[in-house]
Amino acid sequence: MSILTFTLVLILGAYLAGLVGSLTGLGGGVVIIPLLTLVFHVDIRYAIGAALLASIANSSGAASAYIKEGITNIRLGMFLEIATTLGAVGGALIAVYTPTNTIAILFGAVLLFSAAMTLRKKNQNALNKGSRLAEILKLNGSYPTKEGKVEYKLANVTGGFSIMGLAGIMSGLLGIGSGALKVLAMDTTMKIPFKVSTTTSNFMIGVTAAASAVVYLQRGYMDPGIAFPVVLGVLGGAFTGAKLLTRIDASTLRIIFCIAITFIAIEMIYNGIQHKF
Amino acid sequence: MNVQKNKIALSERDVEKSVGQLLRFGVVTSSIIVLIGGILYLFSIGSQPRPDYDIFKGEQASLVTFKGIFMGIFTMNPMAIIQFGALLLIMTPIMRIIFSLTAFAIEKDRLYVIITLIVLSIILVSTFGGLNI
Repeated sequence: MSILTFTLVLILGAYLAGLVGSLTGLGGGVVIIPLLTLVFHVDIRYAIGAALLASIANSSGAASAYIKEGITNIRLGMFLEIATTLGAVGGALIAVYTPTNTIAILFGAVLLFSAAMTLRKKNQNALNKGSRLAEILKLNGSYPTKEGKVEYKLANVTGGFSIMGLAGIMSGLLGIGSGALKVLAMDTTMKIPFKVSTTTSNFMIGVTAAASAVVYLQRGYMDPGIAFPVVLGVLGGAFTGAKLLTRIDASTLRIIFCIAITFIAIEMIYNGIQHKF
Repeated sequence: MNVQKNKIALSERDVEKSVGQLLRFGVVTSSIIVLIGGILYLFSIGSQPRPDYDIFKGEQASLVTFKGIFMGIFTMNPMAIIQFGALLLIMTPIMRIIFSLTAFAIEKDRLYVIITLIVLSIILVSTFGGLNI
């Protein structure tokens, strides 16, 4: 395969990854890693470097569109980024001592979990009575809907913060956005309506990934020949996804993606056990 | 009272909009640079066979340090231009934090100035702390 063919096929693949990542709120990285390793037989370390860039591009691209609509809770994102950035730095440090096959198995497990999280029942309700800590930290907010402005309050801030730390570690270790863990923290633990939790998660992914990205750049994980098609493709997909999400009900698409992601996850775990990475 | 409340809400909304614009600006600028580097890269070695990405070798020294990347831009090295675009992309969320810090300071929101400073220092320590730059 020539460099030109490789680049063009990868741009197309990355475009789809960005689209899926944006529609599901999981980030482009989760799709980029299996695409590069399983389809293009690229070493998982190069894939992690590219996935980090994809996560940042995906997050920043989609977040700029969501912020415009006023759904993202910026204060909440900033507060929880303390946990995710600390975790990400720790994860990037552990990564050096972790064998690539272990990383692949762990990645598969996170992917399975992400697929399950996408299929679960979403929290549609806004909480009327929140915790005291949420009040003190000014985390409660409101967001616009077709029926008007909806006010919401937060529960269990400490629990959400802890899960965010774990999401950060996974992000630093695997080079992904850990969108599913972030949504779990906000949606299930802190009881935030899912529209706010998915967009705020997407907004946070960029900062979390940036916390470990320079470490990976200096370790030589980022190859320009892979980064160039991945970044451009994912960006295109993320913009399309952000536009689509405000217009269509993506629930059917989510189910299809989840089934596909489950198969990919099993293959990653299987190949990891077979020491193919 | 009501008027004042609206004023505060408006200014917060403005800050959010500016953060969105900053993110878009960073992403657009870095992707244009990556695109330029990418086109130059394809014109120079696009017909060659794909590099051996199956085996991890790491990148050459000139593509992993700030100094190496900047030197490469001046010699119009396509790989260095792509890498510079990638670096700008990484800087975009960091710039967003600095921007938010200023915005919270203008709003006199002390609590969030501190929270933002914590996030910023974690990232800066990770980026510059004890690494070969």
